[in-house]
Amino acid sequence: MKSAVIVFPGSNCDRDAAVTLEAVTGVKPVMVWHGDEALPKVDLIVLPGGFSYGDYLRSGAMAAQSPIVRAVKAEAERGVAVLGICNGFQILTETGLLPGALMRNSGLNFICRDVDLIVERTDTAFTNAYTQGERVTIPIAHKDGSYFAEDETLDRIEGEGQVVFRYAPTPEGASGNPNGSRRDIAGLIDRTGRIMGLMPHPERAADAALGGIDGRRLFESLTRTLN
Amino acid sequence: MKARITVTLKNGVLDPQGRAIANALHSLGFGGVEDVRQGKLIEVELKAADEAAAQTELDAMCRQLLANPVIENYRVELL
Repeated sequence: MKSAVIVFPGSNCDRDAAVTLEAVTGVKPVMVWHGDEALPKVDLIVLPGGFSYGDYLRSGAMAAQSPIVRAVKAEAERGVAVLGICNGFQILTETGLLPGALMRNSGLNFICRDVDLIVERTDTAFTNAYTQGERVTIPIAHKDGSYFAEDETLDRIEGEGQVVFRYAPTPEGASGNPNGSRRDIAGLIDRTGRIMGLMPHPERAADAALGGIDGRRLFESLTRTLN
Repeated sequence: MKARITVTLKNGVLDPQGRAIANALHSLGFGGVEDVRQGKLIEVELKAADEAAAQTELDAMCRQLLANPVIENYRVELL
């Protein structure tokens, strides 16, 4: 599987994504600069976490208008898989490739810690190496991670099975939602099943030496599907 | 020409910053404060043939970049 990682000024998880992609797929991804207007031929495009353009105006708003993201949209329309992690998820909602918006965390703090997620769907290119309903631990690191969409949109995306990861309740049954996301949404897929956005960082949980491997299977799923 | 654009969260969208400000005002003793909403102020200087042309262009800027229509409303004033 060939992949590309887009690098914006302010991206800080681009290399984490590249290291994980190379470890899982055996192929070094191509790093693509934000000012470029074209992409190499790849099977997967990753919009990494970070603070593209300093998150000025709104998280992901400037990046959504960049030359490379116009190319990403064109590739997505051709069916190339796109994974947006954290700031990448914000960029995907700002471009309209995914519905909704990501807002300031309800507690106003930047939160950097492990969270538990429930895998809602395993029949996607991104999650087929997980088991349905499985509880996985993946870190988050964000200040603008509260997922918002209007009720009507939420009902539609739930009805169409677009919610792929949800923040898990605590073992005692209390909410484990760290940021106020509506309906505990942590990760979404688009209608075509080729575009995914998620706030947690699976690329930071793909090596036991770094404290967890639950994120690794997301990249294994992609490798299995896109090879 | 100068324009002032005010971007605010739509009604019904949780505004955690506004809520934090309201709490701070309450703790200062301003008990009458019922709600606070925080927004953004953007000032734009632009060249335009006339006010109508400026209004059209500013409106396009808001729709394409300055406001996110999923969560925000905007208001344009020519100064």
